[in-house]
Amino acid sequence: MVYLDYSATTPVNEEVLTSFSKVCLNFPGNANSLHRLGAESKKLMDASTKQVAELLHVKESEVIFTSGASEANNLALQGVIRKYPNRGKHIITTKLEHSSVLECISYLEKCGYIIDYVPLLDSGLIDFDAFKQMVTKDTVLVSICHVNSELGICQDVDKIGQFLTDFPTTIFHVDGTQAVGKIPVSLKYVDLYSFSAHKFFGLKGIGCLIKKNNIELEPLIFGGKSQSNYRSGTPALPLIVSCSKALRLMLTDFEEKYRHVEKLSQLLKKELAKIDGVILNSGENTIPHIVNISVPKIKPETMLHALEEKDIYISTKTACSKDSGASLPLVALGKDSLISNHSLRVSISYLTTEEEILYFVHSLKECIQKLNL
Amino acid sequence: MDRVILIKYGELTTKKGNRKFFINTLYQNIQKKLKKLPVKISRDISRMYIHFRDEDLETILASINQIFGIHTYQVAYQVETDISKIQSTCLLALDGIHGSFKVETKRSEKSFPIPSTEFSRQLGGFILKRRSDLTVDVHHPDTTLCVEILKDYTYVYSKVYYGLGGYPVGTQPRALLMLSGGIDSPVAGYLALKRGVRLDAVYFEALPHTSLEARNKVISLTQKLCQYTDHIRLYIVPFTKIQEEIYKHCDKDYGITIMRRMMYRIMERLAKKHKALAIVNGESIGQVASQTLTSMQVINSVTNMPVIRPVACLDKLEIIDIAKKIDTYDISILPYEDCCTIFVPKHPVIHPRIEECLKNEANFEYEKLIDEVVEQVFTILVNADEKVENESFDSLL
Repeated sequence: MVYLDYSATTPVNEEVLTSFSKVCLNFPGNANSLHRLGAESKKLMDASTKQVAELLHVKESEVIFTSGASEANNLALQGVIRKYPNRGKHIITTKLEHSSVLECISYLEKCGYIIDYVPLLDSGLIDFDAFKQMVTKDTVLVSICHVNSELGICQDVDKIGQFLTDFPTTIFHVDGTQAVGKIPVSLKYVDLYSFSAHKFFGLKGIGCLIKKNNIELEPLIFGGKSQSNYRSGTPALPLIVSCSKALRLMLTDFEEKYRHVEKLSQLLKKELAKIDGVILNSGENTIPHIVNISVPKIKPETMLHALEEKDIYISTKTACSKDSGASLPLVALGKDSLISNHSLRVSISYLTTEEEILYFVHSLKECIQKLNL
Repeated sequence: MDRVILIKYGELTTKKGNRKFFINTLYQNIQKKLKKLPVKISRDISRMYIHFRDEDLETILASINQIFGIHTYQVAYQVETDISKIQSTCLLALDGIHGSFKVETKRSEKSFPIPSTEFSRQLGGFILKRRSDLTVDVHHPDTTLCVEILKDYTYVYSKVYYGLGGYPVGTQPRALLMLSGGIDSPVAGYLALKRGVRLDAVYFEALPHTSLEARNKVISLTQKLCQYTDHIRLYIVPFTKIQEEIYKHCDKDYGITIMRRMMYRIMERLAKKHKALAIVNGESIGQVASQTLTSMQVINSVTNMPVIRPVACLDKLEIIDIAKKIDTYDISILPYEDCCTIFVPKHPVIHPRIEECLKNEANFEYEKLIDEVVEQVFTILVNADEKVENESFDSLL
């Protein structure tokens, strides 16, 4: 099997799974119970939370575990909007966001909020000058993804956040789902930051919202204190531990892993450039883990299944938006319909090998020749 | 360019004959605190110098903010005492700084040819020529650029940080802190440490009315206090039997008063045993029934030992502010019962009378009980290093 869809999800690291099952068996107590078993669970939960906080250079009290990034995004956006109803009615975002942000924001639009989408430069980066003009005292929320999931475009979150420090009532949310574990992450100027463990070899069903202590949220799920005050429910201790462990393992030898991916990404791009009929969509400001291409003459789904026959797994657009239609980010970048309707995403990780890349390129060539009747 | 952290002593310098002792203690405390880092610390009569690797700066500053006895500190450029070198360092120190400034020269090396005010003026002129965006304001400058000229080296810095103040821990003998797990007692401990007192702590435990989690909470609080000293011995007093006897034999309204009197008696015994000279606790005048002046007087009368109450005159909110600053607040508000919250009467006496206390205490043989309890006290050595506690989790995380 050649798995090249790591940005959709990753296989779980066995060590993470071992921790998960050990905690399931050995820590039966509810972390909120007052007896010894509960206190042991609580201690382990606190240690896990602390580890996540330390790895991301934030405070323990700023870590909120959720069921994943979609919930974290929803909690962040709806949470602040409901907490600060009088701060203004203006929200800024981009067309590069994940559907859990975009659909949440279109819901807020229905509730009467005015939404502005920051124009994008050809590189995919936001037009920073245009952005600066957009922000007003009425802007309650800015939500911009750190790394776009389809093209891998990486925004300068520090620069945006630093600019927003001049607007103390504007809250800055960043969807970091495709960034954590892939690139170095700095949360210095960010108010809210979402991510999910299954993108870095953790389990599905656990994610995080980092919420800086200087802002407040209204919960989505009520029910009293749990791991945090902002998300009720019995703390999912085995998942919380697994998330903390996955993050630690992912960030171990991080630079080495990054260099490996970078090398393979360069090889992949070099080889793809040689194939007629393949257009490379991931340019300069994209992370090496995501390589987006368009094969204009062949329907992406056909391509996907043709590769599947060769035991290769990639995505059309993102796994979360596989319903037919054009790729929103490519449309937003002004690409014509031939490109935006025919995009494919190849995503690699530190587990990917050179052989896999070469086999993929070889197979892609074959498929194009075969299908291009 | 070499940078060095300059540490100024503040109140220590008023100590005349004992000055050396105070400075030596501070030196040792800083050394202990930074022992894991490759730093070089030297000292003279008016300051200390820490030479460091750039990547360690943040860690070192965080540590310095946990050491008592430091009035101010600066991260200064160290340069040879040479006019052109000082000039270029001034420009470097003003990098990224805007608005108005003034130069302040201190010339402890009088062989330096130019008088201080004159040299400040010259440097100001030199800077203005090269940094047209800056202006001079000698009365209310945004930035004061300090130039301290010594014999071999000159130190240049533009920002002064305030340390915790107080005296170095260890310049006073030992005291015993009554640590309950609430908000006030850790703050009291912190403030006692601030005056240089060596500290050990006592926790009264009433298993099974209180839980082991309550004990762990106290251990966590002790750990937080250890950030300001190197280690604290935590004495655990098994207090269950005494509390039950009080409940059985005394007027309910006097329960808390008698309990506190028993605690003070045990504190005195422990203090003598462990060579501590005072009791420290978190009592605050009027906060609860056992902390009215009348109660304090009646409770205090069982011992001659000084009882230091650092938060006696602070409002609860002021205490909470300190608790948050020293990171103990979140631990203190964990929900476990402690020995002061069990057996609480509906109407504890606010103005207890000594005669009543004596009458109540005559109902049971408390002295024998106290002897027993003091025998059973056991010690936990607590360090700031948290690793010990979480060791069993390492394989999971």
